[in-house]
Amino acid sequence: MMDNLYDLLILGSGPAGMAAGVYGARSRLKTGIMEKGRPGGQAATTDELENYPGFGPGTTGPGLTQSMADHAAEFGANFIKDTVVSLDLSSSPKKVGGKKGDYFAKAVIFAMGAEPRMLGIPGEGRMRGKGVSYCATCDADLFTELDVIVVGSGDAAIEEAEYLTRFAENVTVIVIHDEGKVDANRVSAERAFNDPRLKWKWNSIVKSVNGDELVESVTLKNIKTGEDEEFKTDGVFIFVGTQPKTELLKDVAELNPQGYVITNEKMETNIEGVFAAGDCRDKYLRQVVTAAADGAVAAVAAEKYIHETELWKKEVLDADHPVLVAFYNPTDMAGTEKIGIIDKFVLDHKNFSLVKVDASRNELLKKRYRLEGVKLPLVYLFSNGGLAGSLEDISPESLEQLIQKNKRS
Amino acid sequence: MITVNKENFEQEVLQADGVVMVDWWGPKCEHCLELMPSVEQLAEKYQDRIKFCSVDTSGNRRLAISQKVLGLPAILFYKGGIKVDDLSGQDIQPEDIEAKIKKFSE
Repeated sequence: MMDNLYDLLILGSGPAGMAAGVYGARSRLKTGIMEKGRPGGQAATTDELENYPGFGPGTTGPGLTQSMADHAAEFGANFIKDTVVSLDLSSSPKKVGGKKGDYFAKAVIFAMGAEPRMLGIPGEGRMRGKGVSYCATCDADLFTELDVIVVGSGDAAIEEAEYLTRFAENVTVIVIHDEGKVDANRVSAERAFNDPRLKWKWNSIVKSVNGDELVESVTLKNIKTGEDEEFKTDGVFIFVGTQPKTELLKDVAELNPQGYVITNEKMETNIEGVFAAGDCRDKYLRQVVTAAADGAVAAVAAEKYIHETELWKKEVLDADHPVLVAFYNPTDMAGTEKIGIIDKFVLDHKNFSLVKVDASRNELLKKRYRLEGVKLPLVYLFSNGGLAGSLEDISPESLEQLIQKNKRS
Repeated sequence: MITVNKENFEQEVLQADGVVMVDWWGPKCEHCLELMPSVEQLAEKYQDRIKFCSVDTSGNRRLAISQKVLGLPAILFYKGGIKVDDLSGQDIQPEDIEAKIKKFSE
């Protein structure tokens, strides 16, 4: 098990996972990045990538993600080529089941990303690889001199449509909105509107993909007039958003109705020691730069979690003697002075030790021992790894009572 | 693995004896490049059972379309000059390819 025991195990090697790998490995955590294929995630399937700060025009998705992978590896992150099939996140250490074996970790960052959403129309699944595509970079050159349609009007749809004009004879964008309205950012939209090679079908949706062995046409429906139209095309490129790859977290972690993982600002999920980062997370903007930022936050939060858990375990739960833990608020002077009473008490009772915890900084213990909103300072007595008593009103007498009560029970 | 192009496809694939597996790939298809090492391993492992070929579609686009390949990666199986089975799309895993190879090498 030692070989497969990590401090931090990152699931997924898109920009979120690799940024987490850089931060984790650089802070000397034994860091593993698990990936079923090649590193890069969805970003590696984008040809042009010109909005990552510091990397302007000319940057490619595969190029940028490869340097991220090199960067993480350089700091000592270990790339594990395996597919995650099961998770046991409540055990200690946490267990990640792969096809090739089991892996264990003190903290886990879930960064499995998202995948293109399917339209769910007749013919779509059957014609995959026969003209239906979700990746322009992968398949564009096969459509040289052929006609293609692009379904959708978000950033991906509009930018990939432009890319396709370099190869295909005709590129027609199928947009559900009124003429002139797309969901893409304004820069991309304006560039596309000014591109004479792009054609547009407004107020339209695709009802089915038709063809025998290869795509021959699609049936379009004009949602204003209700009329159907048979539209000849060789290729159908679908960019209608993404769906998170979070099946493994279903019924395990808190997900939003669309399946994205809910986290707080520190990328913590509702499971202790489990973090989520990147496109799989419920968030406002899904870009390479925000994925990388999530990864950095998650790794730093994970490192703090590991450190706090280990310290707590060593000094309190695994101690061979009873331990008094004083939770205090550093901004409350009067309260903090009372800690001095315990300091003195421990000097006279050599078989006890005292651990002071700044409750305003230790989220983990705050959550674990439900310290949110309680009156501080507060003293807990731990004995043999368990909570044996508590005390709010700190005085030499009450401390004496606390340990006497514990002796009797 | 035999590298096949528009010149020798007929001879190496369509006129070959037994089953031929053809891996259609392209230099811009990340998933193809990802699968390639596994495909090469499989070719090594099963080389005495079936024949393995690969086509770089970037220089052989018309050949790809003539074989109804319009999406990468695509793994096609031929027997007696006819396509008998195929795998295509971004979800192909090495295990899927091996399962098909086993089916044809019985």
